[in-house]
Amino acid sequence: MAMLNFERKYRVRGGTLIGGDLFDFWVGPFYVGFFGVTTVFFSFLGTAMILWGAAHQGVFNIWQINIAPPDLKYGLGPAPMMEGGLWQIITICALGAFGSWALREIEIARKLGMGLHVPCTYLVAVFAYFSLEVIRPVLMGAWGHAFPYGIMSHLDWVSNTGYQYLHFHYNPAHMIAVTLFFTTTLALALHGALILSSTNPSEGAVKTPEHEDTFFRDIVGYSVGTLGIHRVGLFLAVAAVFWSAVCIILSGPFWTRGWPEWWTWWLNMPIWH
Amino acid sequence: MDYQNLFTQTQIAGPKNHGVPINEYDQRERTTGIGFNYLLGKLGNAQLGPVYLGRLGVASLAFGMAAFMIIGFNMLAQVGWNPIQMVRQLFWLSLDAPSPKYGLRLAPLSDGGWWNIAGLFCTISILLWWFRTYRRAKALGMGTHVSWAFAAAIWLFLVLGLFRPIWMGSWSEGVPFGIFSHLDWTAALSIRYGNLFYNPFHMLSIFFLYGSVLLFGMHGATILAVGRYGGEREIEQIVDRGTASERAALFWRWTMGFNATMESIHRWAWWFAVLTPISGGIGILLTGTVVDNWYLWAMHHGMVPSYPSTGVVDPSLSTPAFMPPVEGVK
Repeated sequence: MAMLNFERKYRVRGGTLIGGDLFDFWVGPFYVGFFGVTTVFFSFLGTAMILWGAAHQGVFNIWQINIAPPDLKYGLGPAPMMEGGLWQIITICALGAFGSWALREIEIARKLGMGLHVPCTYLVAVFAYFSLEVIRPVLMGAWGHAFPYGIMSHLDWVSNTGYQYLHFHYNPAHMIAVTLFFTTTLALALHGALILSSTNPSEGAVKTPEHEDTFFRDIVGYSVGTLGIHRVGLFLAVAAVFWSAVCIILSGPFWTRGWPEWWTWWLNMPIWH
Repeated sequence: MDYQNLFTQTQIAGPKNHGVPINEYDQRERTTGIGFNYLLGKLGNAQLGPVYLGRLGVASLAFGMAAFMIIGFNMLAQVGWNPIQMVRQLFWLSLDAPSPKYGLRLAPLSDGGWWNIAGLFCTISILLWWFRTYRRAKALGMGTHVSWAFAAAIWLFLVLGLFRPIWMGSWSEGVPFGIFSHLDWTAALSIRYGNLFYNPFHMLSIFFLYGSVLLFGMHGATILAVGRYGGEREIEQIVDRGTASERAALFWRWTMGFNATMESIHRWAWWFAVLTPISGGIGILLTGTVVDNWYLWAMHHGMVPSYPSTGVVDPSLSTPAFMPPVEGVK
């Protein structure tokens, strides 16, 4: 049950980055590896800390659980356990788990003779998390500038942080990021739809990449092709996440006023007069 | 580190591809000019063109251009027909919806009427383009999945500019045409109705939006990572599974205990992308029509803590979202 009918021949030893054969085995469908062990360690510890915090507060409503970062008065120092210390431990656990996960993906990619595109892409997402929880708070001088762990509480943080800069939609990096998010989703819809429309044709046999190219050339005059669409999609997705990280690092460390005001440089350029 | 498949390093110039033949009557609508671009070839296909014109496409472009020109000339008029000021103030300029006093009646052109006309032309253009995608898919014997995904986006567009304004009883509820003005509209809507972050359909829409980006990151990266085994030949891998599909599937199975197949990953992709505007459209349609304050809604459903009553009446509850225009009063 755990193994697909073609899976056995792929389950080979080797490809590990650390520890040799030590954890080079599978549990059910999961590959373990040294970094699987560290992933489990950090994930369980971090989750337990969240549950401990929830229990201490007596809040078990899934929407309302909230583990907040330390008060601003603690700056970049350690905080007492129930006043942000939990948040600090959970953040360390999260980064430990994310890093372990990326390294485990590298091991699996090596085992399967694949490129390293997936772990590299994943690390861009981890970078965005790192920007929000470490880079920006460090630049601003207090862990209290990071976002809290909770469903509604992180939404409140996004809302409050946005309004601190008056109107966050005017942040140019945010504009680029949102545009990339929408464009990625558009491209994903088009790619998914094109493959499904070729393999589930309205008439006759399964269609070919020639049909795919012809369809898009007929519609818009260009088809990027079977290989190209995956490069386009990967680029768009990575760029969306990257610009999200940029837009929040700018806000606070590099721009402290309302974002609508930032645009006055354009209106005041000497070329208009 | 091994070679990583990021760009095409050696481009082979093949013969021009004129596309899968369609019936003779339609074939006349397909242009014959074909170009090649080296930089495009680094990323994907180098070939540019041919394109299919056709009546639907030409009509769609005509209506789209008309809407674009109406918006552009309204903006130009707002800066006293000064083209330099038009460039300078482009992001600030806006063609706004009529003011609330007109309700669902047609406002004078200079007071929002052009907004209705631009919106109408834009809608006609988009609907014609929808028929174009449907007809081109059928002409090639393909499924119509692209058209139905497009229809999901059209649903959100129509909710914003047609269905919700009608339900609210006023064109003034529509989104303005302008860069900053549509961002202002979005922020104002959110604040007026108690913060859209508390709207569960907004939550779902964001979930699917981020999920779509995550999926394309995962899928694009996976296919490139098995590029050396011909992973990008997805249709062939779907009907006759090869080692590229097997490795791609096992990568995710070993990583997270679950894998899609070469076909099902495209179903995941299609649904995530399509559900983004569908759930978003539902969320917008309910805002101000069914729910007046999403924060209070969330409080009512126990998603946010309730506070002890202060005895002060919430002004957003004592003032309805919409008051119908009083007929005959100036």
